[in-house]
Amino acid sequence: MTKPKSAYSIPTKKGKLDTHIFVVWVDNEAGVLARVVGLFSGRGYNIESLAVAEIDQAKNISRITIVTTGTPQVIDQIKLQLKKLVPVHKVADFKREDKKVIFKEMALLKVVANKKKIEKCIKACKSFNPVILDKTKLSTVIQITALRREIDKMSKRLKPLGLVSTSRTGAIAMTRGAEIFK
Amino acid sequence: MSKLYSGAEIVFKCLEDQDVNFIFGYPGGAVLPIYDELKNHSSIKHILVRHEQGAGHAAEGYARSSGKPGVVLVTSGPGATNVVTALTDAYMDSVPLVCISGQVPTHLIGTDAFQECDTTGITRPCTKHNWLVKDIKDLSRILHEAFIVATTGRPGPVLVDIPKDIQFAKANYSKPKKEKKLNGKSNNKFDQNDIDELISLISKAKKPVIYTGGGVINSGPEASKTLREFVRLTGFPITSTLQGLGAFPGDDNQFIGMLGMHGTYEANNAMHDCDLLINIGARFDDRITGKIDEFSPKSKKVHIDIDPSSINKIIKVDLAIVGDVNEVMKTTIKNLSKKQNTLKDSNKQRISKWWEQIQKWRTKDSLGFVNSDETIKPQHAVQRLYELTKNQDTFITTEVGQHQMWAAQHYKFNKPNRWMTSGGLGTMGYGLPAAIGVQIAHPDKLVVDIAGEASILMTMQEMSTAVQYNLPIKIFILNNQYMGMVRQWQELLHEKNYSESYSEALPDFVKLAEAYGCKGIKAENPDELDIKIKEMVDHDGPVIFDCHVDPNENCFPMIPSGKPHNQMILGPNDKEENKITGKGKALV
Repeated sequence: MTKPKSAYSIPTKKGKLDTHIFVVWVDNEAGVLARVVGLFSGRGYNIESLAVAEIDQAKNISRITIVTTGTPQVIDQIKLQLKKLVPVHKVADFKREDKKVIFKEMALLKVVANKKKIEKCIKACKSFNPVILDKTKLSTVIQITALRREIDKMSKRLKPLGLVSTSRTGAIAMTRGAEIFK
Repeated sequence: MSKLYSGAEIVFKCLEDQDVNFIFGYPGGAVLPIYDELKNHSSIKHILVRHEQGAGHAAEGYARSSGKPGVVLVTSGPGATNVVTALTDAYMDSVPLVCISGQVPTHLIGTDAFQECDTTGITRPCTKHNWLVKDIKDLSRILHEAFIVATTGRPGPVLVDIPKDIQFAKANYSKPKKEKKLNGKSNNKFDQNDIDELISLISKAKKPVIYTGGGVINSGPEASKTLREFVRLTGFPITSTLQGLGAFPGDDNQFIGMLGMHGTYEANNAMHDCDLLINIGARFDDRITGKIDEFSPKSKKVHIDIDPSSINKIIKVDLAIVGDVNEVMKTTIKNLSKKQNTLKDSNKQRISKWWEQIQKWRTKDSLGFVNSDETIKPQHAVQRLYELTKNQDTFITTEVGQHQMWAAQHYKFNKPNRWMTSGGLGTMGYGLPAAIGVQIAHPDKLVVDIAGEASILMTMQEMSTAVQYNLPIKIFILNNQYMGMVRQWQELLHEKNYSESYSEALPDFVKLAEAYGCKGIKAENPDELDIKIKEMVDHDGPVIFDCHVDPNENCFPMIPSGKPHNQMILGPNDKEENKITGKGKALV
């Protein structure tokens, strides 16, 4: 007889975790976000970031972008489970490495420092489309758009230069080229 | 200008247009306008339960035995929270329910008003979809949509929460729209290529097995007919999950019994050793698969299901066909008989060795038990019940536990929709209210709830309902004075430490029956069993049958947790010491 290890739901071989970005088109109605988020928490899926906003006022459609990690089997399940929700119209799913898709996050960085340091900060942000939203003698608020890891890096780099507060969005995604996702 | 109706009137107009004849409910402050309107609609009968959970299960019993959606009406707050167990149960077992709940008036929502709760928030994870109606203009559209969502695709429960002011407000009524495009939520688009591949697998298989589930029942009685044809045509052995029983005749030679944790030796071994596994409308539940790594290791797996999210959820399959199982089987049969007339014979030859092997397994007689002259063995009681009721069209419901498994093992079902049991959620207390729902749908048929003494006490109050509407349900209690399944697990896993599993201070069920105004019967020894069962069946009215059975009997065969299909524990005759050790202990 083989050794009795165990059965029901003991995690077997754990597959490799991939990061995926889901784009979900939903009816913009009360509770729809709770449905989507509740699906993730209820089934033990993980949410790295989340961005939601209405994109079509006439049709009342919102677009939810969710960054998540999971084994291929879990990613597959997330997609199929999302599609079952009544207010969900369509679901797109992209690998983070996908070259055909643009991913962007935005961050607002508040720096409180002397003029020299502030200048340094703005310079450091140069390659991430910095926009100065506010400036005083003692402080500045810089808006940048970049990838998640780039923003991570920037916040680390700007800390010693007087970064006191960071506010950032979840990732949003758009395919490159003329095609649109159907 | 078209006529304006109040919200309460609109509710009933919708129910009428959806051909609803019965609602199961319990009144309360926040649904009073709807209850007030009840008197004006004679085609709809309200069944007053004694607890909202009972309303939910009764509606489930009604739905599962009739194929129509069950309708529940409850009040806000506790009314809604009490029905949550039944909604979850229906969600797990794919039963179409439409639950209408009252809510506090819109201006009070969010103020912690009397009997207020976040009903849509609480029921969101246990319904297919739910709605809070905030505008009277949406009410008729939402109610019609609720019926569509509940009954299409993989069926399930839905809930519509209607604030009290909306029930009073007035609006136009709109009739249900025919053929509404439902957001692509019901899937029935399968490819000819899939069917071709299935047929090629069928014609190559040497050790095939068909594994069917509740999906065949849900697809309608037509699907059971198609399944029979499909099984005859292929000559393959067929096993079924708990929920699928009745789709194929239980006494047929091609049927090798239920599979899974308490399935037969032949069914589980066939699952393990097969080279082709055709899953029709089942979902690879963990009570079925046993150890996932060693689940049917040598087989090509085919999964036919209407719910795409069931595919590859637990077991990776080689061929997935998403669609209504009836349609898929029909198309397959058409292609099979068109292409190969000789298939039947060639199949028979190819799989004859496989059948020989199955016959060998069958000789183990895994459902066997040591009968006794002194005490009633629970298996014997179920067998006698079957023998004495099989000549009429009998509907069986159960509670949850050992008695449920014995009922599944020893009662043979020949038709679909005759077997109502809580499989997914495993809700003790399901059977009695479910029996009420079944009896409502089939007033002239025999309805028996095979129960345990612990389960039955959870929803005992519904006997009042049965008496009120003179529903002649029979509650057949296999009374072993234990939460038997709990005790069995404690025996196997916890060194016989029977912690809190003894049914202390049981009521006298005969007196209890009399107190409710129905008949009580008690049987204590095997000699009187048959006469008393006959007395129960012949009595025109509800009966509680207190059948005292051997308290130490365990439910075998069994796949212990941590084991694959081919390592079952057989009954007391099986000498092999087969104890659960190590990690298996942590898992139920």
